[in-house]
This record gives sequence, structure tokens and C-alpha cells, in this order.
Amino acid sequence: AASAQLQLAVPVAVVFAPGSVPGDLPRPLPFRDVQEMEISVNLRTSITSRYETVYRSTTAQEEAALNVATAQEADAALCPLQDASLGSLTVYVVPETSSVLPQGVSVYVGKHRSALVRAGGNLATLRTRLRQLTQVMSFAASSIATALSDRVPDSQLGPDARRHLKSSLGYEITFSLLNPDPKSHDVDWDIEDAVNRYVQPVLDKLSLVANFSVDSQILYYAVLGVTPRFDKETSSFILSAHSLPHVINPVEARLGSSAASLYPVLNFLLYVPERSHSPLYIQDKDGAPVSTNAFHSPRWGGIMVYNVEAPGSPQASLPLHVDVDMVRVMEVFLAQLRLLFGLSREELPPDFLLESPGNEGLADWELDRLLWAHTVENIATVSTTLTSLAQLLDKIGNIVIKDDVASEVYQAVASAQSAMAELATGHLHSAFQASKEAVTSSERAFFDPSLLHLLYFPDDQKFAIYIPLFLPMAVPILLSLAKIVREARQRKKEPTKMD
Amino acid sequence: VTVENFLRVLTGRIPPSTPRSKRLLSDDRSNILIYMTGHGGNGFLKFQDSEEITNVELADAFEQMWQKRRYNELLFIIDTCQGASMYERFYSPNIMALASSQVGEDSLSHQPDLGIGVHLMDRYTFYVLEFLEEIHPASQTNMNDLFQVCPKSLCVSTPGHRTDLFQRDPQNVLITDFFGSVRKVEITTETVSLDSDLAGFESKLPKDELATEPLKYAEQLPVAQIIHQKPKQKDWHPPGGFILGLWALIIMVFFKTYGIKHMKHIF
Repeated sequence: AASAQLQLAVPVAVVFAPGSVPGDLPRPLPFRDVQEMEISVNLRTSITSRYETVYRSTTAQEEAALNVATAQEADAALCPLQDASLGSLTVYVVPETSSVLPQGVSVYVGKHRSALVRAGGNLATLRTRLRQLTQVMSFAASSIATALSDRVPDSQLGPDARRHLKSSLGYEITFSLLNPDPKSHDVDWDIEDAVNRYVQPVLDKLSLVANFSVDSQILYYAVLGVTPRFDKETSSFILSAHSLPHVINPVEARLGSSAASLYPVLNFLLYVPERSHSPLYIQDKDGAPVSTNAFHSPRWGGIMVYNVEAPGSPQASLPLHVDVDMVRVMEVFLAQLRLLFGLSREELPPDFLLESPGNEGLADWELDRLLWAHTVENIATVSTTLTSLAQLLDKIGNIVIKDDVASEVYQAVASAQSAMAELATGHLHSAFQASKEAVTSSERAFFDPSLLHLLYFPDDQKFAIYIPLFLPMAVPILLSLAKIVREARQRKKEPTKMD
Repeated sequence: VTVENFLRVLTGRIPPSTPRSKRLLSDDRSNILIYMTGHGGNGFLKFQDSEEITNVELADAFEQMWQKRRYNELLFIIDTCQGASMYERFYSPNIMALASSQVGEDSLSHQPDLGIGVHLMDRYTFYVLEFLEEIHPASQTNMNDLFQVCPKSLCVSTPGHRTDLFQRDPQNVLITDFFGSVRKVEITTETVSLDSDLAGFESKLPKDELATEPLKYAEQLPVAQIIHQKPKQKDWHPPGGFILGLWALIIMVFFKTYGIKHMKHIF
């Protein structure tokens, strides 16, 4: 494996509102500070995080913005006043007793790139909160280790470290409606409208990360491969947690995907159970019903079960017309999309409050988190790919490298170096773009069709082929050479003889 | 199916025009099963009676796959004569291999069909299939049971296996890890809260039809290269190398034979 030393610089601004400056501050405001921390991934790979922090007091405008009733309003008012470049963070410190943060909440993370923190009485508490905050809003040792999961020995990784989608130039999203019982249910879903209203804003926000393409389909007579169990107590059908792993494969064969694109496909399935198996609920490991009635599979997509109310009277004419409530469905699908990308809001310290990103789907700092992880992953991938290519060339001496492969390699190296330089100076956006170019070039070089080596000739095969060919030819040549040598020697002796 | 195509699919070095269905789109979480059968010998397997794939080529292909993390774990089953020789050269991690016979032994076929006059199936494959038909998706049978399939009494040859490259203990590896397509799933507990009122998007008005060039198909077949229609105009280069040497030899022999001073008589 190739060695890599990466430096990730994060520009942070810590802004003190009046009354919040701790008494034991080392220097008077404003001042700069750099904190470096090393995250060692394995023997040859280490990441150094560099938090370049500027400590200063609020300007008059910021003071006015913080003088509002709730944290949401403060966040909205502060947004135009802060540094909006990708990867940067602004932390506003408010007095410990301030009422802008709700009771019991010490840190409020907004939906842009800023947070409100209670001063905490002394510098040590503030520093702890700041450290926790930067780990949530930019990156932590665990997220870096996950991004570099190729290099981390398996024993050190958590069991779920490899479940997030790998960094790719694009993703294809397919929404499928599965109707196994069209005789009973005539299901109508306005997917185009739902995608334009709810999904497209999220994808537009994610467009920095990758290209997305969306399509949808309706499949009839597509059943789940598992028969649900009938539960008498609730008179409903149950899909238990341990039967869920077997659901995906039988249905996957019918899903199809675009033949032209090579991007990973994310499938979101909406399953309307048959009349005879309604209502159908999913149970988790403890037997409790799942509120979303949905489950997802890492790197694949998600499935949601949509139950249709039984007809009021048994004489109601079949098929029943069903208009799917797309808001409810998209709330689940978009949550699954976030989870597939690794944007989870679950593991947080208890006194943190996160603002909901609303229809945008993800906060700006969550986008930054994705970009940090993907940039690091891209650079590591480029390094591994090029090293492996070099090793291949060392091993198979007679591979021919075409000019365009060589130029792709040079470009990959240049882009990777540029990405590393940009990361070290805190320009996340340009670092990410450079890392994408580097990955594209290195993949093109590595997977070039001309590099297939079918030229393995073991030594014994070489002897077996060439000896029968050249030995008979060589015999008269060798004999004549021997004759010439003998004659030359005789001629040398002759003059002495004649005299 | 040629050796080249097989290695191309494994290593991913395919031309860009190859459709998705002909590619191995695996990543570092994919478990791959490779099953090969046919005629083989010590260190090779025959393809279509005209080509061979050697154990070293296969091992190198697997290493190329490992370098790009195109597999998580790989199960390689081979049913040919001297099958164990094919897995001797593997050196990449996370590969488990089974073979129907050791080096120096022949794998035999199971039963002939007297009506058609050919043998229908190989012994090892027959008993492995019989074993696998008992496995259902929720089965907890592990790899050690697969290693016991087809002992010498039934198979006449001695099946072999190789697990030293595999990181997990075969006792803990379920058959369904490779055969059942049992997926890892998680219950979705989070939802995103969407505000349907806010989502009033400007309805996508049809954009003004930009005058675009009429679309046409990309060149599917490089016809001009296949049918040489016009000889390419090559620039004249002075003759080099072999031709120059040959002419120099002819001229030298000529002058040696006839002598320089006779030149004026000829011209």
C-alpha cells in the first residue's frame, strides 16, 4: 500500500458575544491559534488536522443578529454575515445564561456553517465543546478511518464502517412502485411532481458532490420473496427483521438499470402489499413495529411498505383507486438517501441540538462533511491505484504503455498533488474538484484495455518452444565455427613447420 | 468465452463501449463466486479446445482485483483433472478455493446417458449440487461442511481445498455468504421532515427550444479501419535497418566478386 501524509486545514472563526468571554483567555482578543492533531490510520498513512482558529469579538451587526428570541432566527440572521466558503466554520459564543439557546442545550448547530455555543464558565469547558463541535461539523477520526477503509486493518474498523456509498462521479437513483396485486389496487403515484418538489432540491444541493440522474418505473406482479406471517393479536401481517435480508434479491432481478451508465444505482422501492396480505408491518429485532415501515440496505437503496386501507364495505368495487401520499413516502426515501451517504444524526453528545435542514435535505456543514470524506477517499484511491499500476509494470516487464495512458498518469499525479496542497490551505472546494479529476485520470489509466498482460511465458515453456527450433539450426553453425577455429590454429602452426 | 475476455471481465480492463450487463460491477463489499469446469491439467485449464488459462495468469488477475478492491471475499471452485494445481499459485488475501482433484489425479464424470452417448455431469459437481440443493436462504451451514462433500469413496479423486489466504475461520463462514444472496439490511428509523407548502417550485416551463444539432449515433464499428478503403498517404522515409543492411550486403558481395576497377566497364 502506498504511504500518504495528508494535512486537512479547517478555517474556524470563534466569535465572542458581549458577556461571554471567559476570564482565563490566554491572550486578549482578537488573536489566532493553530491546533494540530494527528489521526494515524496505519503505519504508512496519517492525517493531520489543522484547525486555524481566529478568536474575535462580535461586530455590531452580529450582536444585533444574536439579540433575537430563538436560535433559529439567530442562525438565519447570521447567515449572510459569515464566511460561506466550503469547509469553514463559524462559532458564536453566547453567555452561559443566554436565553437564545433553549434550556439544557449547550450547543446549537444551524443549517449553514455556524453554531451557537454557551460560554461554559471557563476556557476548558469551552474548548471541550468546541472540539466536539468541530468533530461533528467537519470530520472526526472515525469518519476519516471510514473514508480510508481500504487501508485500515479490518480488526480496527467498526462492523459497519464500510456501509456508506463509495465516492463516485455520479449516482443513478431509481424510484420503483411495486404493485403485486393490480386486481385489487389501482395505484397512482405522482412521482414526477414529487421528484421535482422534494427530491430535486436535495440533489441540487448534492450536485457539488456528484452528478445525479433520476428515473422511475412501475412494476406489476412483483412480489417480495418472503411470505409474511399473520399475527392474530394485531390482525395484521408481519415481516420480521430476520426475513428482511432475503427480500431484496428476488425482486432485484426485475428492477433493471440504465445500460449506458456505469454509475452506482440507488433503488428506492415502494411496495403496496396485496389485499390478502394487508396490512403489512415491519418488525425490528425486538418485535416492535417500525414507525417508518421501511428498511434499507447499505450501498443498494431502500424499501418502504405502503399499506392501503381496507375498503369500507365488502361490496366496494375492485380495483380500489389509491393515490399515494408522496410527502410521507419522500420523507422516508430522502432519509434513506441521507443514511446511504452516511449523513446520520444519531451519535451526538446529549446537549447538542441540530437544526433541521427542511426541504433542502441536508445542512451546509453536512455537505462539507461529505466533501471532506470524499476528498480524502479520492486522494487515497489515486495513491493506491498509481502505486499498484507501478508495481504491475515492475512485475511484467514487457507491457507497453501507450502515450495516452502515460499522460493520464501524469495528470493524475498533478491533480492529486494540487488537491493535497489545497487541502493543506483549507480550500475544500478546489481540493475536492482536483481530487475528482485525479481519480478520473487514474482510473482511466489503470483500467485502460491495453494493459491486459497475456504475455506470461513460464521459463519451461520458453525452453520447450525455442530449443526444438534453434537446436537443429545451431548444429551446422557450431560445427563450422569449430572447423574455422581448427583451421586458423593450423595455419598459425604452418609457417613454423615450413621453415 | 475466451481467456482474454474472462480476464478482462475480472480485472475490469474492458473497452468503454461495453454495456453494463457485461461488466463485473463489484466493489469492496462484494463476495464473488467463480466456478470453473472442463478439461484441465497441471497448472492450466482449457478454454474451447483452443486456448488455455494458466494458474499464474489467474493468480495475477486475482491480485489485480485485490489491488482495486474488486472483491471482499472470493470463493473459487474448480472441477477439472488436477484441479488443485489451479489454486496453488494464489497469493491475494481473502480467497478460498476448492478443487475436485489433487495434482496427478483425474476428475471423473458421473453418469453416462446411453441414449445420447455422452456423460452428463462430473462427479464432484453432482455431489456439490446435491449438497447445495439442501441449503435455503436462512441456513447456517458453514464451509467446513462444503469441504466434506464428495469424499474419495464417492468421487474416486481426492477433493482439496485451500483456506490459508482467507482471513476468517471457515467454520464461521456461512454457505449463504456466497450462494444465497443474503443482504445486509438496516431498519430505517429516521425521517426527513418535508414542508409541502414550502416546496412550491416554479413549474418547469418548457425551455425555449434551443436549436440543437440533429443527434446521430456514434460510430459503432470503425468501418474505415476494417475495410481499408484508401491506402494512407505515407511520407517517404529513407530506407532503414534491414533493407539498408541487405542492400549493403548485396553491394559488398558484388564488388568483392567483380572488383572495383571493373566498375567502369559496366557503366
